[in-house]
Amino acid sequence: MYRILKQAFRTGVVTEAPPRLDDAELEAVGVELRRRIEARFNRSLAIRQVDAGSCNGCELEIHALNNPYHDVERFGVHFVASPRHADALLVTGPVSRHMQTALRRTWRATPAPKLVIAAGTCACDGGEFGVTYASCGAVENVIPVDVKIPGCPPTPLELLRGLLAAIGD
Amino acid sequence: MSRFDWLSEYLARLEDEHVIVRAGEARSLAPAHRLVLDAEDWGRAGGVAAALGCRWAGVWGDPRGEAVVVRACLEYQGDYLVLETGVPLSHPILASHTPRYPGADRLERHLQDLLGIAFLDHPDSRRWTRHQAWPEGDYPLRPDFPVAGRTPGRAPADTDYPFVRVQGSGVYEIPVGPVHAGIIEPGHFRFQAAGEDVLRLEERLGYVHKGIEKLAVGRDPAALARLAGRVSGDSTVAHAWAACQAMERATECAVPARALHLRALFAERERIANHLGDIGAICNDVGFAFALVQCGRLRERWQRRSRELFGHRLLMDAVVPGGVARDLPREAIAPLRADHADLRREVAPLFEIIDDHPSLDDRLLGTGILAPADARALGCTGYLGRASGLGFDVRRDNPYPPYDRLVPEVPVQGEGDVAARVRVRMAEVRASLALLDRLLEGLPGGDIAAPLPAPAAGATGLGLVEGWRGEILTFVRFGEGGRIERFFPRDPSWFAWPALERLIHGNIVPDFPVCNKSVNGSYSGVDL
Repeated sequence: MYRILKQAFRTGVVTEAPPRLDDAELEAVGVELRRRIEARFNRSLAIRQVDAGSCNGCELEIHALNNPYHDVERFGVHFVASPRHADALLVTGPVSRHMQTALRRTWRATPAPKLVIAAGTCACDGGEFGVTYASCGAVENVIPVDVKIPGCPPTPLELLRGLLAAIGD
Repeated sequence: MSRFDWLSEYLARLEDEHVIVRAGEARSLAPAHRLVLDAEDWGRAGGVAAALGCRWAGVWGDPRGEAVVVRACLEYQGDYLVLETGVPLSHPILASHTPRYPGADRLERHLQDLLGIAFLDHPDSRRWTRHQAWPEGDYPLRPDFPVAGRTPGRAPADTDYPFVRVQGSGVYEIPVGPVHAGIIEPGHFRFQAAGEDVLRLEERLGYVHKGIEKLAVGRDPAALARLAGRVSGDSTVAHAWAACQAMERATECAVPARALHLRALFAERERIANHLGDIGAICNDVGFAFALVQCGRLRERWQRRSRELFGHRLLMDAVVPGGVARDLPREAIAPLRADHADLRREVAPLFEIIDDHPSLDDRLLGTGILAPADARALGCTGYLGRASGLGFDVRRDNPYPPYDRLVPEVPVQGEGDVAARVRVRMAEVRASLALLDRLLEGLPGGDIAAPLPAPAAGATGLGLVEGWRGEILTFVRFGEGGRIERFFPRDPSWFAWPALERLIHGNIVPDFPVCNKSVNGSYSGVDL
């Protein structure tokens, strides 16, 4: 326990380190995101992430949203385990044909009104994979999409900006 | 170095079995040796290899006109051997290697689903990669199958897959997925349990099958490297490197030494980033969030540096045919060195805590044991094999430059449990840090890329790279006009997934997430 405390003490609060340009922008986007979530979603935006065929690159960056640098929960963004608890679906990948029905069912299980955010170039337009015998391409070919976040994969900051765009004013 | 000392023994044993072998010309799949056999000897040749103790490293088919050339790769003492045979498309029947090599199971079923090759004596002839996107009897990798497919309607759910049933008093079944409860790739797990104990786990993957092998057909080398970099996003450097290596071997491209050093720099950075992420996540799965937060912070900093220096947080598209896309500026060397020193200093107390913490020991020691015999039988490589006593590492045992001069330290543990896999990963982080410093020290000057010579039609190449999960094997064949005609990337996860089914035996259901995370197979890497 002593060693843990020592390490935690020595590490300090990483988000309060002198902000670099990147971090300053992150804070600005985050604070605006929190303001809108407070106004429109009663302080908490619940997101269900669905990988519909990605190469797992997008997942790594979505995970990074939860690391101590970004720590999106402080802005009111939560990733939830069930679509039934979600306000928004964050969908990655070109939708593989084998995931087509699973994605539609997940979408139907999400209570309305719901947002669908396509994250990553593949989700936006099919990316490197496009439309083939095995891939439906963009997410909007399978379910209605509200907002697209391009990038291969989008960085955590780009994902946050996309969330901001998804919520609107 | 005297290589292939064992090959004469293998050939002698084949002769005893009356298997007729034609040695293929040696260069086409170098560094692997190539042996051409008759189709009827396929099964026996595999059996002889198994008796000799060769590791089975993959099988793939290559349609050529009215026939399919089938190749299987074997490894023994760091030497690679490719067995090759042909079967007519009209009557594609081959003996299975699965009875002698359990790791061959899913790759053979993949081949059966995509090319329509029937494997005799296969203990499990159920479909694998094929769900409902194309009908039975249609084979997407055959030349007559259009890349757009023939049935553009909605693919129904794969509901009638015949899972193995376990029945008995008190036995119940837990279906999980394909959409999982976390931020994770899709796949289906079917547990049979009694009380808390897992009696059986069956995996059903193939959900993220995107048709990568078919999509590669007709691409130029640069476009193939981009596609290979997306076989599995967390292994983007390693897969792109393996694909480029295969193309460079096929075209006899002399990659500049500086480019090779930078590729190794990228690959070790990728290894460290992934291990940091996983070590934290494994600890978090047993409620030790402290490690997740600390490792997450270190990983993020590492990724930011990658973006700053090389333009991408995951280093996607950094490896290109003939070299690398971005140079390392001279003034970046000092901060990079400082980074390495920083990380070394930071992980020391952190790994010490993870290595010796009662609440972690309680959950990780003795959990999810992969017996060394199982690891060997399945052909596990990487940290999974190394935690179960198998020290194989392509970088050391069949070194490709720059690892021929910079031999990495390869940590090995024998216990095979989750704790051993964590220890191996921590040791690999330290070893890669040492390697990174040596790479910077010996960084040669010169170009960062050479033009890829025009490929001859029919030229083939084999890429063999130690990814962060283990050995990646990539086969490439060029067609006319420098276009790719066949691309097959074999991720180490093909053997990690069956290992997970075995190591979960006798564990409790709530320990599955931590067992799964410690193995961390790639879904995308095997669904293809």
